[in-house]
Order: sequence, then structure tokens, then C-alpha cells
Amino acid sequence: MSRAALLVLADGRFPAGGHAHSGGAEPAVAAGRIRDGGSLEEFCRGRLHTAGLVAAGLAAAAAAGCDPLALDEAADARTPVPALRTTARRLGRQMMRAARATWPSPELDALAAARPRGAHQPVVLGLAARSAGLGPEDAAYAVAYETVSGPATAAVRLLSLDPFDATAVLARLAPDMDAVVAEAVAAAARVPQDGTGALPARSAPLLDITAEQHAAWPVRLFAS
Amino acid sequence: MHLDHDLDEKFPHRHTYSAAEPKRADGTRRALRIGLGGPVGSGKTATVAALCRRLRDELSIAVVTNDIYTREDAEFLLREAVLPPERITAVETGACPHTAIRDDISANLEAVEDLEDEIGPLDLVLVESGGDNLTATFSKGLVDFQIFVIDVAGGDDIPRKGGPGVTTADLLVINKTDLAPYVGSDLESMARDAKAQRGDLPVAFTSIKGENGVAPVADWVRECLAKWTAGAA
Amino acid sequence: MTLAPPPPAPTASAVVPPAARQLRATARIAAVADPYGVSRLPVLDGDGPLALRRLRSHDAAARVCVVGAMSAPVGGDHLRIEATAGERSDLRITAAAATIALPGHHPGTARYDVALDVADGARLDWLPEPLISAAGSDLIQTTTVDLAPTARLVLREEQVLGRTGEATGRLAARLTVRRAGRVLLDQETAYGPGVPGWDSSAVLAGHRAVGQLLVVDPAFEEQPVPVRTLAASDGPGQAVITPLAGPAALVTAVAPDALAVRRLLEAAAIPTGW
Repeated sequence: MSRAALLVLADGRFPAGGHAHSGGAEPAVAAGRIRDGGSLEEFCRGRLHTAGLVAAGLAAAAAAGCDPLALDEAADARTPVPALRTTARRLGRQMMRAARATWPSPELDALAAARPRGAHQPVVLGLAARSAGLGPEDAAYAVAYETVSGPATAAVRLLSLDPFDATAVLARLAPDMDAVVAEAVAAAARVPQDGTGALPARSAPLLDITAEQHAAWPVRLFAS
Repeated sequence: MHLDHDLDEKFPHRHTYSAAEPKRADGTRRALRIGLGGPVGSGKTATVAALCRRLRDELSIAVVTNDIYTREDAEFLLREAVLPPERITAVETGACPHTAIRDDISANLEAVEDLEDEIGPLDLVLVESGGDNLTATFSKGLVDFQIFVIDVAGGDDIPRKGGPGVTTADLLVINKTDLAPYVGSDLESMARDAKAQRGDLPVAFTSIKGENGVAPVADWVRECLAKWTAGAA
Repeated sequence: MTLAPPPPAPTASAVVPPAARQLRATARIAAVADPYGVSRLPVLDGDGPLALRRLRSHDAAARVCVVGAMSAPVGGDHLRIEATAGERSDLRITAAAATIALPGHHPGTARYDVALDVADGARLDWLPEPLISAAGSDLIQTTTVDLAPTARLVLREEQVLGRTGEATGRLAARLTVRRAGRVLLDQETAYGPGVPGWDSSAVLAGHRAVGQLLVVDPAFEEQPVPVRTLAASDGPGQAVITPLAGPAALVTAVAPDALAVRRLLEAAAIPTGW
């Protein structure tokens, strides 16, 4: 394996559709909850330790070789609002396209055949990492990073936030990402014995509520 | 792409990834994809609407829009009823249409494939970019041909300035020629500059909203389609 | 969990007598339908602070009220309630008052586990009063529900972070609902000192009460609830009503206080009149 594959997978330019999504930042900006670098950091920290932790656990388990269909079902159970399930599957389908072109593997083909409309994105990402020869920790890092880089990029576009401030926010969140990855990987390691119930299920009530509010906006810049 | 053929043998169920592959997963020839880009207000959506009206009786057409705000252009086309609603899809671009048509085309490819799956065999898919700048071009992975639409009111120096859209588009449309006298644009110098930038690539001077205004563009599309159907591959 | 140790317990907890610490109590409820379709309660065993009271019923359902005889759970306590609704039975469980998690004499984590099991054709309502996390407390709450394919469920959970004017304790909760062998809903919340990001703008944004109402009914398979969002008429509270990836409707609400959360859950008006 090549560890450099992780840089390819985690690159914001990896063509898997992420650029059109704000990770909940667009409604948070509209509600005045994200206004500047400090409030962006607070938002990202909350998202990272909830939705990010769940996604990192799913990705780590998929990268470790756990049954992706069982993980897809676990992802559904951890995503109570349809707007976020739809987004996760749409991005999963786009990730699948990019992953099969980049690191083709029979495992990716099998999941694509079983979920033609898309599996949850973290599951696909974990399997893509596996196909690239990467491990559970790598997959969890890629997910943890995109959990915070997505809202940060969106905030730059929505608020004309200074991009240096936004990047400094990501750097300040590095220890939080380390902690989330460690927890996600430890949980994923318990899945073979304890089932998908071992995976984190942390929820963020406001991310759920505002995701559906945002989905009903007649005019918006981001798909989610 | 001999590497791809290797992979096809190893993974026969692999989907096609891009426009590089002219066939659909089931082996049938897919629809021709034409992209329309250009600055805000130059008449892209009007051109798409006019093309649909002109060609919809002879061809099976669908449209994908890439809007800045949710689905504004798609809504316009729906209101104008240029095609049945199921033939118009909007891709959300996160404020960056050029990213969705050039750098990360995954959402657009999905939209095109879904249209073909849901409506059945199509002859032509028009992919419209939201208004962007002069450097916005379509990825070859997404479309087979691209049209760049500018207008005389945007300034008669645009062809001289060049940029990837003006220089490399398969067809340059210079729209709103009827306005030239009012905005002081010199059509002859625009034609000269376009020739200098584009060599033998075609340029169409149009007034899309005029009677038969879209005819030169529609004729060019028919030519593309004839080439496509003849199937160089 | 990345939970840090809880803060020192306030001195008020020192009055809790040693005998009340390290409490282990399990209350059990079981309902069965008799041949006439009337639900009976062959098992109704309270334990320690979990006293159970049979309520008079005006219809065929069996009604039970959980009466909190003491302020529990306290640090170190392990409380558990098990309720089973047998085939075609109808069991409605409520509570007399809010449950307050209090700091213990020792800074140990208290546990409060609820296990619900609903057989085919049966209905179970689990409608307790809010769980209030007092400053300095540390509680892990789990609610585990097992539903047969044709079982129906109405479940409400409300969490209040701190008594009036008080900081919150630490409250971690997990709700797992399995239906016909598949996981329908798996949700974990963690709020309070030492939990990173818990009060961030992505999670609670200053709201101090959270509530959920879950209704599972096979009829939702054919006709799922439409997505709706609600805003409190008189304050910053908000809620969303969503169909789960299965025959269930979930209302999630956040608001400044328990009353506002309850109003939002009721305003959602999920049909449970079956």
C-alpha cells in the first residue's frame, strides 16, 4: 500500500461531489450561528464530535472489512432525518463513481451492484480506502477531516470569511480530530465481535432539525 | 485507454465513468451531450429553451441545469414548458457551477445517467452551466461538445480577450446581435478577433430571441449529432 | 466515550445516607392479553426507588405509573426497568414525576436502563416525565426496545440539562430500537461538562431541553409521515417530524425548557389513536 493514497482520498478536490454541500453550515450562517472564525470553530467542533464521529466509525469499520451492507443499515439507523439520508446516499453514489475509477476493486463493484442508488457515503469512503490499501485509521481521518473542512469551505463562500481564518480553524481542530479518530477506530475494532451496535451513534439535534429546514428552502446555494 | 480494457475484463460490471465511453452499461449508444457555458446574462438559458423548442419534435431531448441558486434556470425552463418536467433536472453546485461542470463532474454525470435511465433512450442531453466567468469550460469527461455563449452587450472586446471558453469551445455563439447598434459594439471586429482566437472553429452570430434566431445553433447541433450517430468509435 | 471525569459533587449530596449509595434495583412489568382481549398484568414488581402503581383503566389497556419514591438515580446507582407487552396486549406506562439525576456521595457514574419488549399485535406506550440532569450529576441512560414485526410503540424521551438557573450535570443516553431483527433507530446523546462540542451551535446552541417522540406502527410502511418542521410559537424552540428508514415517525425538538419541548412534541400531532 501507499500511505500517499490517503492524501488523494482526503483531498478536497477529489471529485466526489463534496463541493456542493455545506455540512449544515448554510442554515447555521443564515441563523447567525456561524458569523466568524470563532463561531465556525464551535460549529465544526460540535459537528465533528457527533455526525463526524458516527461517520468516522462507519468508515473505519468498512475499511477494516466489516460487511458494508450491515454498515449501511447501521448508518440508516443513525440518520433519523430523510434529508441527511438522501444526502449521504447521493454523496455515496458520487464517491463510488470516483472510487471505482481511482481504486477499482471487486468489493466496490459488489456494493455498487447492491446499492445502485448509493450507499451511505462514509461506508463507501471506507471501502474506497480499503481498495486503496489504506487502513481503518486512514479512513477515519479522511472522514473526520471532511466533516470540518466542508463547513469551513462553505463558510468562506457564504460569509466571505478570510480563508486564512478558516484554515486556522481547521488546524486548531486537529487534536479534536485525533480524539474522534481514536474513538472511531476503537469502536470499529469491536464490530466483528459485538456487531454494528458497537459503533458510535452520537446525534446532534440541531443538525437534524436544520437539515430539514434547509432542504425546504426554495432558494439556497448548497445542496445540504 | 488499454488499462481500462484490462479493468473491464476484470470487473465486467463496472459502470462507465465519463463521456470518454460512448456506450451505456447495457451496450447501447448513449445520448450526445452538449454543454452550454458563458457569462451571466449572455443568453444560455434562452438558447437552451430555443433549442428545445426547435428540436423537440425531431429529437428526444433532456436538459441538466447547473444553477448558482438551487434551481432557478430549471424553474425558468419548466415555466416556459420547453420540455416535459421529467426531462429537466437541476444539479446543485454549492455556488460554483464551474466546479460542477469541470473539476468534479460526478453530480452531473449522475443527473445525465438518471435521465437516460428514467426517460429511456435519449438523442441529446443539453448541460447548461450557471453563468460564470470566461475561464469556465466543461470537462471532456462530461460533454462531447461545448457551446460558449457571449453577447454583444457584454463588450465587443470579449473575443479579443480570449480565455478558454472563447478560444476552445466547439461553437462560439455571439448573441444579441440586434443590440449591437445600441451598445456600440462592432460585429466585424468581433468576428475578426474570434477568428484570430479560434482559427477554424465555428462562430455563430445570433439573435436568439428573434424569429428563427436559434437556427444556426440548431443546425450545428444537428451536424454534431450526425457525427455522433455515425459513431467514430 | 471521550468523557472526562465529572466535576466534584456539590456538598448537598453529602446528606445522602451511605445506605442509599450503590443502589441496585430492577423493576419488572409484564402485560398479557386475556382471552377477551383485555390486558392483564401478571408481573408488576417494583424495586427500591422504582415503585409501580397500577392505574384504573377505562378500556382494554393495562396502565402502570412509575412512582419515584426517592430522588434517584444518584451517583453509583444502577436502576433498571423491564417491560414486556405480550402478544396482542396493550400496555401504557407513565410516570408520576420527573426523574432527577443527582450527584452521588462518590463521583461514580449512575446508570438507568430501560428495556422494552413488544410482541406481535401488541402496543406499548412508554411515556415517562422528563429526566433532569442536576449540576454535578453523572448519568448514563440506555433505552433498548425490541419490537416484533407487527408491534406498535409510542415512546417519549425528554432531557432537561440542569434545574432552573443551574448548570447541567453530565448526561449520556442511548436509544436503540430493533424491529423484526433490524436496527430501526440507534441514537446517542452526550451533554454536559467534559463532553466536547455538546453545547455548540451544531448540537444545542444554548437550548437546555431536548425531546423525542417515536411512534412505530406497521401502517407507516404504506403511508410514511411527511417531513415537517415546527417552530415554537412563543420562543426559540424548534422541532422536526421525520419518517425513519422503516415504519416509524420521529419528532425531535429542542427548546429552552421542558415545557416548550413538550408543547412541540404535542404540536407534532403524530396519530397514535389506534
